Amino acid sequence: MLERLNEEKVFKDPVHRYIHVRYRLIWELIGTKEFQRLRRVRQLGTTYLTFHGAEHSRFSHSLGVYEIVRRINEIFSQYDGWNEENRLLSMCAALLHDVGHGPFSHSFEKVFGFDHEDFTRMVILGDTEINQILRKVSASFPEEVADVIAKTHDNKLVVSLISSQIDADRMDYLLRDAYFTGVSYGQFDIERILRVMRPGDDQIVIKQSGMHAVEDYIMSRYQMYWQIYFHPVTRSAEVILSKILHRAKKLYLEGYSFKHEPKHFHSLFKENISLEDFLKLDESVVMFYFQIWQEEDDPILRDLCERFMNRRLFKYVEFNPMEKMNDWRELYDSFKEAGIDPDYYLEVDSSSDLPYDFYRPGEEEERLPIHLLKPGGDLRELSRESEVVEAISGKKRTDHKLYYPADIIMQGNTKATRRIRSLLQLD
Amino acid sequence: MLEDHAKVITVLKEAGEVTGRKKLQKIIYICKKLQFPFNEKYQFHFYGPYSEELTLRVEELCNLGLVAEVKESKGNYYQYKYSVTDQGTEFLGHYNLDFPSLNECILKMNGESSRFLELVSTVLFFDKLTKDEVIEKIQTIKRKQNYSSDEIEEAYAFINGLNSLLQ
Repeated sequence: MLERLNEEKVFKDPVHRYIHVRYRLIWELIGTKEFQRLRRVRQLGTTYLTFHGAEHSRFSHSLGVYEIVRRINEIFSQYDGWNEENRLLSMCAALLHDVGHGPFSHSFEKVFGFDHEDFTRMVILGDTEINQILRKVSASFPEEVADVIAKTHDNKLVVSLISSQIDADRMDYLLRDAYFTGVSYGQFDIERILRVMRPGDDQIVIKQSGMHAVEDYIMSRYQMYWQIYFHPVTRSAEVILSKILHRAKKLYLEGYSFKHEPKHFHSLFKENISLEDFLKLDESVVMFYFQIWQEEDDPILRDLCERFMNRRLFKYVEFNPMEKMNDWRELYDSFKEAGIDPDYYLEVDSSSDLPYDFYRPGEEEERLPIHLLKPGGDLRELSRESEVVEAISGKKRTDHKLYYPADIIMQGNTKATRRIRSLLQLD
Repeated sequence: MLEDHAKVITVLKEAGEVTGRKKLQKIIYICKKLQFPFNEKYQFHFYGPYSEELTLRVEELCNLGLVAEVKESKGNYYQYKYSVTDQGTEFLGHYNLDFPSLNECILKMNGESSRFLELVSTVLFFDKLTKDEVIEKIQTIKRKQNYSSDEIEEAYAFINGLNSLLQ
């Protein structure tokens, strides 16, 4: 039996109004240093450089996911088979699902070749405060929580609360990201969705009468991807961030002498990062290095850091790789000729380079779709019932953009820079 | 530029044609586990390792006209066939991608069913567990697929076969 707190604790939250904590276990997990670290990791990485309000953290998102799962548990408690074990497991997994995220996760993972899911598992199973608290439930409980988060637990219904195509994670981040970026199109009626959710055999299902609320959720998701997550200015900041990391790693491996030794990065550069090192990294540490690297002797590292810190981002043009394949080679060579290293100042970025996903009907059993529960008990895949969803879950829009430092290109007056301007049609 | 896209085209080129999205997903996952340099991020889903990044990349390749997608109705679901277009072959000419033994591995995988490749990729996903633990995992989280002991043994033998191609 879960031990209740003497008095319920609440966190004031701009999205859900209040986050309610009634169990000692949850309260203690929130108090661990590994969970508190999430206060120093932004939910949306570099998006704050485009939408200045997007400073919210993975800490507040994690609390939000927990709160949604807590509410789902209240609804599900009236159904047979939904027991105390499911309740405990789902709430802990919801709270801890992002605990392995590091600073600017996407770029760091790509450049240094690791996966935050591995660190989530290590935080939960390793020598951590979180592990000690989870072990109070039972010796096997940390493993169970880690399995739910990794989607490898045999209780698919509990897994689907945290990760499916309509889960607590997505519902919280859409609402929270919309709130903090200040846009209106991320809104949907979460109260209604929670009311029409039902526990199915292997996943959450939605009562047919709730289809329109789910349509709204899918539309929000679609709008948020294109308007916020795929925003070209944010992508420009990501490009520069990745270039900084690549440059710093290359310099380190070549034996470059940094003015201030980047000891927090050593194991990352060597692609051999321990849990202990990982937990010391957060965005305040990264920003400290970016700040001081503005004074480095290496001109590329210095310039890229100045760009990132002062928001002097790369500009972009639409780029169709099929039409511009020959231009690319010429651009690359012209950059070299102009003395601008194309490996750090020229990049083509595609929509598939970003980690966000669209609703997919699950053709050919790729992944589980959203199912509607018909009055007679039959299940129907959402896009077969909803014309709105069908319209946006068919062929996808994709795009490619080319990023470049407009300030350098526009200032130059050599043959090479003139050629670059011509190729990019900047004159 | 677009080197990860070119790698996906290479797989399709080596295979000739891949029937089924699930099959393509699993082939590239298995290639990745065999240490071929694919960068798509995979997560475990209901049907085993799945990469949203790869799904998007294939959509981009189709939209660019580098890969042909043919959709066939199979009654209650659709099946997709993928092959490289002439433009895709031309595109590949801009890259100097050479992966020793990739061809043999791809042909070996493409000759198997997507159900079997789902099992192989699941075994590889749990490669840090012991064989007994993997079998237990498959019997619990893949209960509905109802894999037999023989199939699991075949999956292990298949992985050994792939590894021997790389030596």
